[in-house]
Amino acid sequence: MSLTRTQVERMAHLARLDITEAELPVYVDSLSKILSFVEQLSAVDTQSVEPMAHPLEGESQRLRADDVSETDRHEKYQLNAPSVSGDLYIVPRVIE
Amino acid sequence: MSLHTLSIAELSAGLARKDYSAVELAQHFLDRISSSNPALNAYITVTAERALADARAADAALAAGTAGRLTGIPVAQKDIFCTDGIRTTCGSRMLDNFISPYDATVVERLSSAGTVLLGKTNMDEFAMGSSNETSWYGPVRNPWDLSKVPGGSSGGSAAVVAARLAPVATGTDTGGSIRQPAALVGISGIKPTYGRVSRYGMIAFASSLDQAGIMAPSAEDCALFLQAIAGFDPRDSTSVDRPVPDYAAELSTPVKGLRIGILKEFFERGLDGVTGALVNAALEQYRALGAELVEVSCPNLPLSVPTYYVVAPAECSSNLSRFDGVRFGHRCENPRDLIDLYKRSRGEGFGAEVKRRIMTGTYVLSAGYYDAYYLKAQKIRSLITADFKAAFEKVDLLIGPTSPTPAFGLGAKVDDPITMYLNDIYTIGANLAGLPAMSIPCGFDGHLPVGVQLIGPHFGESRMLSAAHAYQSVTDFHRRMPAAYV
Repeated sequence: MSLTRTQVERMAHLARLDITEAELPVYVDSLSKILSFVEQLSAVDTQSVEPMAHPLEGESQRLRADDVSETDRHEKYQLNAPSVSGDLYIVPRVIE
Repeated sequence: MSLHTLSIAELSAGLARKDYSAVELAQHFLDRISSSNPALNAYITVTAERALADARAADAALAAGTAGRLTGIPVAQKDIFCTDGIRTTCGSRMLDNFISPYDATVVERLSSAGTVLLGKTNMDEFAMGSSNETSWYGPVRNPWDLSKVPGGSSGGSAAVVAARLAPVATGTDTGGSIRQPAALVGISGIKPTYGRVSRYGMIAFASSLDQAGIMAPSAEDCALFLQAIAGFDPRDSTSVDRPVPDYAAELSTPVKGLRIGILKEFFERGLDGVTGALVNAALEQYRALGAELVEVSCPNLPLSVPTYYVVAPAECSSNLSRFDGVRFGHRCENPRDLIDLYKRSRGEGFGAEVKRRIMTGTYVLSAGYYDAYYLKAQKIRSLITADFKAAFEKVDLLIGPTSPTPAFGLGAKVDDPITMYLNDIYTIGANLAGLPAMSIPCGFDGHLPVGVQLIGPHFGESRMLSAAHAYQSVTDFHRRMPAAYV
């Protein structure tokens, strides 16, 4: 399994990762190796096998009651934000 | 004073007898950290002031007679657990400036048990690595040999316990990140059943695999601390609402009559000769203790590593999308537009291995590939889990090596991801099936420790801990310390 530069650039774009020219061939090589390595899974007959839904048999994601359980702590949370104005997170202009 | 050589139970008894105060105990470990951490690089953040404040509160509780079993015991937290008001980096430049606004449940529970927070330990970036070399803060060194890695991703927690810069530390295990480093530094480490310990406030890597656990010299130490962190938490939707046994009380359950399965597949491929011989000696020890050993086979187990390297990157690519340079974490300088902000913040904030896994995950989840990769891998997970289930109909526990070799040299495997991934060949199976597993020391290859792994059925922690404890009652590998840190 060998990926092309274009495919890796596409993955980087989809994952919103800036990859430098110098890094690109390294990722082309290592991602190709990883995909070749996992290729062996395709040889396994899984026709009548159900995909695992949860590591514990019979368990599923629990739902909580639809009640308010959190208090508003946005001021504390926003202390970690790179840029805020008032209660808002600031990003570059999206709509011209 | 040699307080760092005492077990948790001994430290607790000493505090109760007022042989020393919690402040003296905390200061003893802080002094050891000051002198030894620069060379080991095992702590990212040392919380000296917090430790002394916690210790003063512990002394007050001891004086008032309100102390519990863990009151005043110092602990190191892996830097993947959020700590309110304390920097929580996850070993990444992305979170270099992140001050957590809340405590993880594991942190909260250990605080309410009266433990003393010494600091936050180094780790592979976002827990992705098997050597602690992917950390933004530099590699951790193995206390037994500074030219070797301590394993990963909980390499800092492993090293602080091995060098006794903390009597106990927390870890997390997605594919072996507690057990493999425990083996490589000669300590005990337990990954509980999926859902046994709350993951609230534990930074997510691969959510169908991640689990928190304990790293300490002995199984008894692990049992005492697991007790404090295990149990239902409504804030983690994967947390299981099921009573927690008294692990310490059940430690003395005898091994006699225990059926232990020797996992055939673990002795076939890539196992180093000396490691294999030491693991075999551990099997003999169990036989001598009265256990019945039988060979069992889990034929799909050799598919663990490729299965994991579809499932884990897929889930990581989704989990790490929260790091966007907007709400917290690293943001690039002068973004041109929103896409540029995302791309450069993430490109600069994440290291090479994390980017590699995000892109692998993005590929296997992308349109047209989901069935061929993720769905296929989840089906093979069902096969592997069914193998384990069949094995546990015949035996109580499974046994095998933890890691194929002892600690390897720094830099030895960084250039080839597949070679690095194969370090986890024996540990990943338990994560894929959600099983509890632990590593305990079983000897030395030259000057380097080797671990043996026990795997239990779901919620079989008690039986596993008591089997480990029985072995440690007749061996002293878990008591050995690297000469430079005695």
